[in-house]
Amino acid sequence: MSAPVPVSLLVNGEPIDGLVLPRLNLADFLRENLKLTGTHVGCEHGVCGACTVRIDGEIVRSCLMLTIQAQGTSVETIEGLSDNGEIADLQAAFRERNALQCGYCTPGMLMTAQDLLKHPSVPDRQTIREHLSGNYCRCTGYQAIVDAVEATARKRAERRA
Amino acid sequence: MKAAAFAYARATSVVNALELLAAHGDRAKVLSGGQSLMPAMNLRLLSPDILVDIGGLAELRGIAVSGRALVVGALTRHVDLLRSPEIALHAPLLRDAVAHVAHPAIRNRGTIGGSLAHADPASELPACVVALDATIVVRGPAGERRIAATEFFRGIYETALSSDELLVAVEMPVAGHDASFFFQEFARRHGDYAVVGLAARAVVAAGRFSDLRLGFFAVGDRPLLASAAGKLIDAPVTPALLAEATTALADELDPQEDQQASPAMRRHLAGVLLRRCVAALLARPELEAGATR
Repeated sequence: MSAPVPVSLLVNGEPIDGLVLPRLNLADFLRENLKLTGTHVGCEHGVCGACTVRIDGEIVRSCLMLTIQAQGTSVETIEGLSDNGEIADLQAAFRERNALQCGYCTPGMLMTAQDLLKHPSVPDRQTIREHLSGNYCRCTGYQAIVDAVEATARKRAERRA
Repeated sequence: MKAAAFAYARATSVVNALELLAAHGDRAKVLSGGQSLMPAMNLRLLSPDILVDIGGLAELRGIAVSGRALVVGALTRHVDLLRSPEIALHAPLLRDAVAHVAHPAIRNRGTIGGSLAHADPASELPACVVALDATIVVRGPAGERRIAATEFFRGIYETALSSDELLVAVEMPVAGHDASFFFQEFARRHGDYAVVGLAARAVVAAGRFSDLRLGFFAVGDRPLLASAAGKLIDAPVTPALLAEATTALADELDPQEDQQASPAMRRHLAGVLLRRCVAALLARPELEAGATR
């Protein structure tokens, strides 16, 4: 029972082969096995959003997914999005607007905000709040986070125009 | 916390999944999107010996229209329901409801089959399929079984599914051009579990209901198809008649007490939703007035 099983997946574009216990969730695999500690573990039951990653382009809770369920998928973490510059403007806006204090929620916030910002239209504040509603922040009171996401959406729209 | 240890089997077909379920019985749990199962396992509320992962079964995916029936595969995700043109056209109630289910990252993984088989009395989709008069299609060792949605839910996390059966699809009649729908819920915050909710399907002709199905949720141990709707069918709806229906609704509800609401509060809120629903579907805003008193 519950013997290790092989798993192959892409993480930030790099092929990874591993042998994992079925019970190992994806968040712990990223953090413990791959030392990608940007993905944070908060509640471990899908409520806080700190563990948000992208699988095949869609955001998911990595604490609610087994590593073996990621077999054959392409996983992107905050490290990937930071290193390739995809969210450099969003990160700058967070810094500028002080949209973080302790930083625990920030990787998940950035992943979720970028999921919204990928759409070409400029979201209103209500839409931003709605999209981020599954990500908890206990420091900022959210105003600054919504400001930073809104400012990034406007700047990207200006650049496209 | 982390889930306790378990064995894992990736089903290669529905037949293979059924063989695995037959071999392991009660000691197995079916894993689809995992958005209810994984939290329960991480909290150690559940610790199955083996997970049967049906997530890779393409035959359980997809939305199709066949004659007068809309067939939704068990592995259809919440986000698929939200974006599907077929759902928007033939069962817009599901699309409206899914917007209230959790958050985008959860809706990208959670499935309709998982939600129905999990049977949380506070969740949206069970009440929708009851209101839509859907049929739950189940496969087991003896073949296929078709269960009316109104018969499927048996209690908190309890359904008519036995441990060797797999929920494979949901079928519902396509919405007629004369059908209208209403979905609303009270929740502490958008995306949280409902305190009380209502999913309704109606046919309105000449200012009257010729059909009205009211699926309430979070008001008992399972979704409730309210009999009180009968009072409003084929009758001129006056404030007095609506008050009578609201009283009848309060009598047939058996709400639970929890940290979110008392039974009295749930009865009150269910009445508010009933008045809002009737006012909206009949396009008579004055009927909602009682809601604020």
